[in-house]
Amino acid sequence: MTTKVKGPASKKGIGASLSRQEDDRYLNGRGKFVGDIKMQGMLELAFVRSPIAHGNITGVTTPETPKDRVFTAKSLCDVKSIKADSGLPGFRSSLQPILADEKVRHVGEPIVACLAESRARAEDLCELVTVEIDELPAVSDMRKARDKAAPLVHEHWEENVFLESCVETDFEAAKTDAASVVKRTFRTARQCMAPIEGRGVIALWDRHLEMLTIHSATQIPHIIRTGLAGCLGLDHGQVRIIAPDVGGGFGFKSQLLSEEVCAAWIAMHLDRPIRWLEDRREHLSGTANCREHYYEITGYAGTDGELLAVDCEAIVDAGAYSTYPFSACLESAQIASILPGPYRLKGYRCKTWSVSTNKPPLLPYRGVARTGVCFAIELLLDALARDLGITPEEIRRKNLVTPEAMPFVNITNKYFDSGDYPKALSKALEAIDINSIRKEKASQSGDKLTGVGLSIFCEQGAHGTSVYHGWGIPMVPGFEQAGARLTPDGGLELRVGVHSHGQGLETTLAQIAYDEIGVDPKKVKVVHGDTAYTPYSTGTWGSRCIVMAGGAVGAASAALGDRIKHIAAHLLQCGREDITLEDGMAHAGKSSVSIEEVAKTWYLKPQQLPDDVDPRGLEVTEGYKTVQDTGTFSYACHAVKVAVDIKSGNIELLDYVIVEDAGTMINPMIVDGQVVGGTVQGIGTALFEEMPFDYSGQPLASTLADYHLPVAGDIPPVRITHMETPSPLSRFGQKGIGESGAIGPPAAIANAVNDALSPLGVEVSEIPMTPERVLSVIKQSERKQVA
Amino acid sequence: MKAAAFDFSRASDINELTALKEGEKFVAGNQSLGPMMNLRLVRANRLVDIATLPALRKANEHSNHVEFGAAVTHAEIEDGETPDPANGWMKKAAANIAHRAVRNRGTIGGSLAHADPAADWVIVLTGLDAKVALIGPDGERKVNIEDFITGPYTTVLKENEFIASVEVPKRPTSACWGYWKFMRQVGEFAKASATVLIDQENGFYRCALGALEGPPLVLPRPLDIIEGDLGPKKAVEDALSVRKIASYDMHVAALERALEQAKEGLRL
Repeated sequence: MTTKVKGPASKKGIGASLSRQEDDRYLNGRGKFVGDIKMQGMLELAFVRSPIAHGNITGVTTPETPKDRVFTAKSLCDVKSIKADSGLPGFRSSLQPILADEKVRHVGEPIVACLAESRARAEDLCELVTVEIDELPAVSDMRKARDKAAPLVHEHWEENVFLESCVETDFEAAKTDAASVVKRTFRTARQCMAPIEGRGVIALWDRHLEMLTIHSATQIPHIIRTGLAGCLGLDHGQVRIIAPDVGGGFGFKSQLLSEEVCAAWIAMHLDRPIRWLEDRREHLSGTANCREHYYEITGYAGTDGELLAVDCEAIVDAGAYSTYPFSACLESAQIASILPGPYRLKGYRCKTWSVSTNKPPLLPYRGVARTGVCFAIELLLDALARDLGITPEEIRRKNLVTPEAMPFVNITNKYFDSGDYPKALSKALEAIDINSIRKEKASQSGDKLTGVGLSIFCEQGAHGTSVYHGWGIPMVPGFEQAGARLTPDGGLELRVGVHSHGQGLETTLAQIAYDEIGVDPKKVKVVHGDTAYTPYSTGTWGSRCIVMAGGAVGAASAALGDRIKHIAAHLLQCGREDITLEDGMAHAGKSSVSIEEVAKTWYLKPQQLPDDVDPRGLEVTEGYKTVQDTGTFSYACHAVKVAVDIKSGNIELLDYVIVEDAGTMINPMIVDGQVVGGTVQGIGTALFEEMPFDYSGQPLASTLADYHLPVAGDIPPVRITHMETPSPLSRFGQKGIGESGAIGPPAAIANAVNDALSPLGVEVSEIPMTPERVLSVIKQSERKQVA
Repeated sequence: MKAAAFDFSRASDINELTALKEGEKFVAGNQSLGPMMNLRLVRANRLVDIATLPALRKANEHSNHVEFGAAVTHAEIEDGETPDPANGWMKKAAANIAHRAVRNRGTIGGSLAHADPAADWVIVLTGLDAKVALIGPDGERKVNIEDFITGPYTTVLKENEFIASVEVPKRPTSACWGYWKFMRQVGEFAKASATVLIDQENGFYRCALGALEGPPLVLPRPLDIIEGDLGPKKAVEDALSVRKIASYDMHVAALERALEQAKEGLRL
């Protein structure tokens, strides 16, 4: 069901680039983050964390004084460890302790909690604690994690594997006629997600009501409530989670934290508010990572470039523990299911291993496995094209799913709902002006080599019950609900269980409601991030909010609109069907009554209501699902022009073009912002960001001097072209777009670098493409020449 | 991480500096010391702020050199508020140190005392053949920049000795310089750097390499390098053979580009 969208005449509703309503608060310093909240009697929490990656704890000595300020695992004896199992066959279960007791499994794992009036004094207290650990050999390289001789991260397991999976469809038959067989290995670095605001939590126990209130920088307040109540043995009714303003999530804030559980337990037992604010060092060296994949991939193609089959073995370094709620299966299971990308494929085989190592747990980061998968398949396609002597665009055109085939079910049963992938490619080639770049390349000289690269991908967003039920993780999204309530002054309150932390939902959801009932977005208050006021939701992740919460707000607003119309029709003495709601008014022909008057009538002048008025009043909660829950498929083509300095190994981005199809855009300006923001993060993945570990599992980049984030000077202007193919599955034709930008850059940039290096006959295959890596690849060319 | 507790006071007289007690440290721009104290890698009972001491804030022009007080900031040099000894080289170098926020507070003396091998002043002042004036309990001494830095983050500064000023020889307008540093990102420390100075009037030539995980290296036979009799690759290889450096490709590129830049100036 796709509701017809109002035309461009609507300057505030769907399709309008309305300025973000929340920005006034943020830009004027009125944002309220966990770090801004102070409570009377609040104590700050700091952790003694494991300095080594793997070992048995043999002793913990804590200072005698002060009393009740230092807590160990023994203190927290009645707390349950965090457990996040997948229902997929063969999944091995891990238990993440709140405070490590017998064993530590990664550097940064919390062992002792210390409290003081300030964070600095809490850290002083940490220095008085002694922890003795018998160091064990660590598993730090995912490729060696499955070796027979490898030490076991979880000592009762047979091997360091959370989950092994294999998908195979017509593989053997499809590959027999291949004219080109190309094999490559690719590696993506381990990263940190680095939101501007780190994690943070304040736990407050009300001993009168026996009620725990948690302020947490989280994307998923309702799921945190469920997880936390479980660990602490509380009823849901005793736990309220408030996610205030949150400074970026990207997946990092979609996890129940042991620190959160610990703060809550202490607050309950000390009867004082307890706050923990993650600092940058904890973020970089101890809490959670993302992205680390390894691929051995072989492509089989016909002489004309037709992709016949792909064979892949992929490893994901999932770190020490399966995190709640997404578990350690998500990333590797996703690789197997989305590796074929936007292409038709005759045969396919993919084996994946999600391995456990002595590193912090792996979380799904913006794009989840797609960034790595796109890197692998897109570099493979370019390698096949080079082998066959055809251009990168020719091999893509040959294999992209065509618009005529839509909706298309691919080899892994993904349902591509709509779109014109070849057209996105053509538009990108035109926008980057590929012919000029190739001419320029033909006559280049000197140390700087020019290259142009492409990546094209589709992004499944807002997928629902059947997909997640299949993975059997602790959380399965169902109907998304929204509440809509007219206030006595004619304003509108929308209540949603998702959370907005940069997505602009306080604006876009108001725009959707505006189209349904005509209340000015300025008079719409979006209530989110508080389990006490909002319907249960799995929260903000998976590019789902604009589709699911947007659809739910649409449904709730429409239902509320019906009730408004009923009262208005009575006041105007006309039929309900004659009423239209627009710009704060209910119109019937030439007569009209304001929505404010309708609201006043219900709340303050009930004597004027019709006899048959709906007794449920001007407040509704509606649930929403897409037409089918296979997800919307947005897609994009990235094209980038680079210059590679072959003397220094430096890569300069000269031009960056994106052609993007988000379906119906609720707010094109916000779509652009999401795409550019994601692209900057993708550039970070491509060129800068890496959290290296040594053989003993020590993280080697513990400050931002060593962990390089992309900065303004690294980013060229990103030029975006939109296509707008409405999704047949969503309420307004909108598609999830939040993660898209972060998916394409590593593949496009690496393909551009490889294009630049093609005269030297060498290729990069590992990200980030640091100057050292680029120079070492160039050296291979020198060695080849000598040989 | 938050710093362990410490006291803070502002020095009012230069003589206080040679009489610090154990556990007390100077601080000027606080752009390196602050982060290290926050990480608890460095501790102090008291920080004595010298950033506003008038004696350290001056920049005076003399007949043969310019004297920069140790607490002159990068931003002041960038903005041309100090005399220019070398045809805009220092101004240009200052403008490319880290970010403006760092330059507003960071000082020339602090940068040398910290002696990060990849820092701009460490290599640029070596390229300019500067002298460092030190004051300690035993009086004043002047040290050539090449002798001042002895290793990564290590200098000849003795206990309670401080940098009073940096003396940079003045160069004629005909002198040309080249300075090339390679950074992965704007504002980061250099991965490789090189300087070239061609002062034909005084017959002074210098080629130096920086960001070497140790003090900068002044290359022998600078004139041969400048005139092309000794190729940059060979020059770097020969000079670095004494230091165990895994890869110096970037330094070769840095030297080539600094040479190009200096020679371009020569033609003008």
